[in-house]
Amino acid sequence: MIPAQFTYRRVSSVDEALAAVAEHGDDAKLLAGGQSLLPLMKLRFAAPEVVIDIGPLDELRYVRAEGGEIAIGAMSRYHDLHRDPVLAEHAPLLAHVAGEVGDQQVRHRGTIGGSLVHADPAADLPAAVLAVDGVLVARGPDGERRIPAAEFFQGPFETPLAPEELLTEVRIPAQGGAGWGFEKFTRRSIDWAIVGVVVAGSAVSLINMGGTPLRASATEAALADGASAAEAAALAAEGTSPADEAHATAEYRQHLARVLTERALVSAGR
Amino acid sequence: MKVSIEINGTTVSEEVEDRTLLVHFVREQAGLTATNIGCDTTSCGACTVLLDGESVKSCTVLAAQADGHSVTTLEGLHGEDGDLHPVQRAFREEHGLQCGFCTPGMIMASVSLLDHNPKPTRQEVRAGLEGNLCRCTGYHNIVNAVMNASGQEVQR
Repeated sequence: MIPAQFTYRRVSSVDEALAAVAEHGDDAKLLAGGQSLLPLMKLRFAAPEVVIDIGPLDELRYVRAEGGEIAIGAMSRYHDLHRDPVLAEHAPLLAHVAGEVGDQQVRHRGTIGGSLVHADPAADLPAAVLAVDGVLVARGPDGERRIPAAEFFQGPFETPLAPEELLTEVRIPAQGGAGWGFEKFTRRSIDWAIVGVVVAGSAVSLINMGGTPLRASATEAALADGASAAEAAALAAEGTSPADEAHATAEYRQHLARVLTERALVSAGR
Repeated sequence: MKVSIEINGTTVSEEVEDRTLLVHFVREQAGLTATNIGCDTTSCGACTVLLDGESVKSCTVLAAQADGHSVTTLEGLHGEDGDLHPVQRAFREEHGLQCGFCTPGMIMASVSLLDHNPKPTRQEVRAGLEGNLCRCTGYHNIVNAVMNASGQEVQR
């Protein structure tokens, strides 16, 4: 399969990228690692006129500890994050989740920024960034703005970013020694989650249980009231309306959410 | 656009459409046909090559993205005297293939896996090769081949 015709344009700095998106607007798509965008273009679900390649922007490929926060450049690849010593020390959950995305080849190309902006409710990293109360940093013609993860995921593949904006960084609080857990149920190991659960300290978020990654708020409230892992996990599907389709019924997904939440809570030491 | 990629040590420069995929550039412009197109949907791994030394699925990379970079395909693995690469030799010794269609991708993915993890466990080999599908072998001898290539014990 071959994508529809487009004009390829490579940029060598964030400023050049911003100028390019300002010029092309809605006609352009930003290409990061391409592990979601290129399959969509090959299937002709996406047919941008211009593809602006920001993958080579090494100025956005870093992980740094800054005070009590970790700053992650948007063009950091999953494989970079999986083996990053700063993440291993301050946010081992994110390093682990990055190592569970797709397969080795996908992790060599795919980026955290690409995954977040794509906003697939079945993807792993959006739910992980939501669980750790991450903040997404975007740059546009009016300068920089910071968007909490809780406000970033607005619907399936829908975010508040304007066509002229570029996600440059993700900031997360250093996790200290907080317990964490990650569980994902897939048909094949390389597939997207049918359901997944991320636990970070007292936060619990759900993968593929609705149109966006979700916080399991009833479970979190029960934990705050001293409930056991089993008691809190029994509430994990409350308020969710997951997809009901060929891979899994809504009822089955809600069952999975409860089971996987209990496992993730136990592995987080709750 | 003009795309120049160093493939197996030789620079290949060709004028191609912007939408050309790396796998097509490797097969059609460079004329190197060991790299197979299997599923063409980022699933099967038959098209795996090394891009700057790391395994990628060349059906999901634009040739333009590899412009100015280096690519290694199965044809580029052997030593200067034509000796098989240790992973190629191990796939032959352990009979890590039947029909052979997945083999170029399996070998390239294994080379990348061993580069990151020179002494993997059997479980780590299976996890590391999760992006490569083989419909013939049941994977047992493929895992043996990677264990052999890394100087470890195989399971009969």
